[in-house]
Amino acid sequence: MNAYDIVLKSREKGRPTAAKYIKKLIDGFIELHGDRRFSDDAAIIAGVGYLGGKPVTVIGIEKGEDTNSKIEHNFGCAHPEGYRKAVRLMKEAEKFHRPVLCLVDTSGAYCGIGAEERGQSEAIAMSILDMIRLKTPTLTVIIGEGGSGGALGLSAADEVWITEASTYSVISPEGCASILWKDSAKVAQASECLKLTAQDLLSLHAVERVIEEKGFSDEFFDGLKADAAQFFAEKSKIPADELVEARYKRFRKF
Amino acid sequence: MNFEDLKKFFFKKPKNALEGTEDSAPQKPAEAAIPDKLAEKCEKCGKIILSDEMRENFGVCPKCGHYKKLSARERIAMCTDTFCELFSEETGGNILDFPGYGEKLESLREKTGEQDGAVCGEAEIGGVKCAVFSMDYRFMMGSMGHTVGEKITKTFEYATEKRLPVVGFVLSGGARMQEGIVSLMQMAKTSAAVAKHSEAGLLYISVLTDPTTGGVSASFAFESDIIMAEKGALIGFAGPRVIEQTIRQKLPEGFQRSEFLQKKGFVDLIVERREMKEKLAALLKLHCAEA
Ligand SMILES: [Zn+2]
Repeated sequence: MNAYDIVLKSREKGRPTAAKYIKKLIDGFIELHGDRRFSDDAAIIAGVGYLGGKPVTVIGIEKGEDTNSKIEHNFGCAHPEGYRKAVRLMKEAEKFHRPVLCLVDTSGAYCGIGAEERGQSEAIAMSILDMIRLKTPTLTVIIGEGGSGGALGLSAADEVWITEASTYSVISPEGCASILWKDSAKVAQASECLKLTAQDLLSLHAVERVIEEKGFSDEFFDGLKADAAQFFAEKSKIPADELVEARYKRFRKF
Repeated sequence: MNFEDLKKFFFKKPKNALEGTEDSAPQKPAEAAIPDKLAEKCEKCGKIILSDEMRENFGVCPKCGHYKKLSARERIAMCTDTFCELFSEETGGNILDFPGYGEKLESLREKTGEQDGAVCGEAEIGGVKCAVFSMDYRFMMGSMGHTVGEKITKTFEYATEKRLPVVGFVLSGGARMQEGIVSLMQMAKTSAAVAKHSEAGLLYISVLTDPTTGGVSASFAFESDIIMAEKGALIGFAGPRVIEQTIRQKLPEGFQRSEFLQKKGFVDLIVERREMKEKLAALLKLHCAEA
């Protein structure tokens, strides 16, 4: 598959969204709402539950499945209050020494009047800042689109994994083509140039692991569940300060 | 600000000239920062202004009050008493082999005399020592790729080690897309360095100038203890054109300007350019002066 095919596949209808992952990976999930500042952003679903028998906090960007739920979840484009909810629940996880699993699937943070008025920049900046110094293990899995700052806000983790037909990019190939070449027909070329495929990202060390999708079978979800549980079990043994230092080094190398 | 003043700023070294090789690069002569012409056209009102007059007025058009963009070094000269450059050896290439980017870097280096879009160093402002970074619009509108991210990260690490406050003059259109994911990672890298500096109990003042948008606004620009904005600066996550395309309506007058952000609660103080140094000095003194 070339890069542009992967871009299309990462957005394909019928691909499992964050809600499906939560259903498959987390036992006894209890959703927790709101940023306690302004409102509850449905583009980000978050809560607590069990992963392989251990308590975990899960935060996922949800695109929605059918038209109605897509509208309800704003197509996975979060507002500032979404990032603030995420930070609030990350800190709650830290307090109770519970690991945090983030599921990222967004074309980007929302661009609009309300988002700007309520400080989209500040919300994402503080999400990155607070996540990167969080004193509890963190893992981000990119399950579709990893769109720019809106994805990074939930990806300042100990490790970032990606499913094989997902992407992670500083800008959408459409945006890149139109800004740089003023030509929206060059999207395929931009997809290539941006090095946004899972394999590219692995060779650039932007992700640690590429996960085979296996048609999103039970085998896929069971494997991911076991791997994530094992990851947290290992990281939970490491003192928090060392964890934060290792995370610093992870990002320092770029 | 006249020519002699500028010259003084560029050549004066701090009392504690730093050991090591980081500052061994020759200081740029003041001439490089000043366009060699007698008069210029205001980009807003179009009136012809004597360059001397423009300089003395801090790069603010005396006819219409428009703030002309300042280069990284002009900003430093205007806002610091002494400045000693650090990390000037940092440079980078076309890491992803992005079409045309290598040539673009080369021509901008030739044209601006800078390696990339940020100048960093140690400075004194109102008698308080601090680490400073300043971003340059001439280098792809201050967009952040590896070199800019690395220099800013090093500035915070240096300040953490030397226990200095950081003053950051922010100007950026966002991440540098030609560096792909590496440019996105600079947001995390710089944020991590800000976090360490902050946890060491040290002060960071960001000064948001026109424009501060995209990936830079969504990282170190908004992670400071005090957010100062220059009057009238465009500050936001998405650029106004992108928003207009998304929501298919015109944005109200003044949207995403400093004054709007202050009203919405995201900017501590708005300063006029001529009083910027004074305000920085006062804040630094209050936070950092030894009793
Ligand atoms: Zn004018």
